[in-house]
Amino acid sequence: MKRYLPLFTTIAFIAFLALGIWSGEVPVVWNKAITVCLSCIGIG
Amino acid sequence: MERLRRRSQYIFALLANAYWLFPWRSPIYQGPLKKLCFPGLNCHSCPAATMSCPLGALQNLLATLRPGLQMGQLHIGAYVLGSLGLIGSVAGRMPCGWICPFGLLQKWLFLLPVPKLSFWRPLRRGPYLFLVVFVVLLPLLVVDPLGYGSTWFCKYVCPAGTLEAGIPLLCLDQGLRRAAGWLFAYKFIVLILLLIWCTLTSRPFCRAICPLGAIYGLFNRVSWLRLRFHPDRCVQCEACLTACPTDVSFYNGLDDLNSAACIRCLRCYTICPSNAISLEFGPVREDIGKEDVEQFYPKANC
Repeated sequence: MKRYLPLFTTIAFIAFLALGIWSGEVPVVWNKAITVCLSCIGIG
Repeated sequence: MERLRRRSQYIFALLANAYWLFPWRSPIYQGPLKKLCFPGLNCHSCPAATMSCPLGALQNLLATLRPGLQMGQLHIGAYVLGSLGLIGSVAGRMPCGWICPFGLLQKWLFLLPVPKLSFWRPLRRGPYLFLVVFVVLLPLLVVDPLGYGSTWFCKYVCPAGTLEAGIPLLCLDQGLRRAAGWLFAYKFIVLILLLIWCTLTSRPFCRAICPLGAIYGLFNRVSWLRLRFHPDRCVQCEACLTACPTDVSFYNGLDDLNSAACIRCLRCYTICPSNAISLEFGPVREDIGKEDVEQFYPKANC
């Protein structure tokens, strides 16, 4: 079983990635990334 | 190999920060590439940044989880974790050694000719602490009356944000300069202290703080790409330990060669004079454990 852990892990995270895309997380990530993050720069 | 790694670090640092129109156009890049998570630590509020910071994106998704659920949105960070997990499952912590711009900065700083300090090994647990507390629990649990949390790691810890975003944006924007107060001063002091630490110790941020490295490190033992130690070939010259930027001491059984601390820079693999380290890509083979190492070196300092 341990032998195939890389395969299981890859499949599991591809499924996770697909879930994130399907649930609409990509536009949320994009919206946050295109605005200046005040927390990151130490203002708010 | 070392030259290839150096080139890779420079190329990825440039690719991650390739938007040089910021003085004339918008203060930060707003194109479609920001839908992608960069595999290393690179603040997406840096004026030149072309991709999202995975830690910032993950914290933002967790901080808005409650209001999102109330609106019927299931944003649990699956996109970010899926992206990181996919890379980790293939190469483990290799992005830390080959891609991360902040890792490159630490490498440069450590080259400065100042006295060096060894790293206190218990601090190796630090990245997991920062991952669990600052990246996951605090953004999820400490919320305002409307249910919105905050990005705690970015706000109170992340030196990349201060260096790559805070300082340049404050230089460019007078309004932001006026708004900067105690929080910026605190973050600036954290940055300076960390930069000083980087000159004294090899990669202290990777080893004691970085939550991104903690996530990748979880995959080191189960990734497709792994290192394999052959104790029967080892001559105990310690060339691997001397070359290792994170002091992974595997030849004497103190660490596993694929321990989470290894950033997969492959310097040990390159430098070993007796070919006692090999690279594997594929299903996991039975690991050589501490007992096997002790069998070859019964007097090893374990």
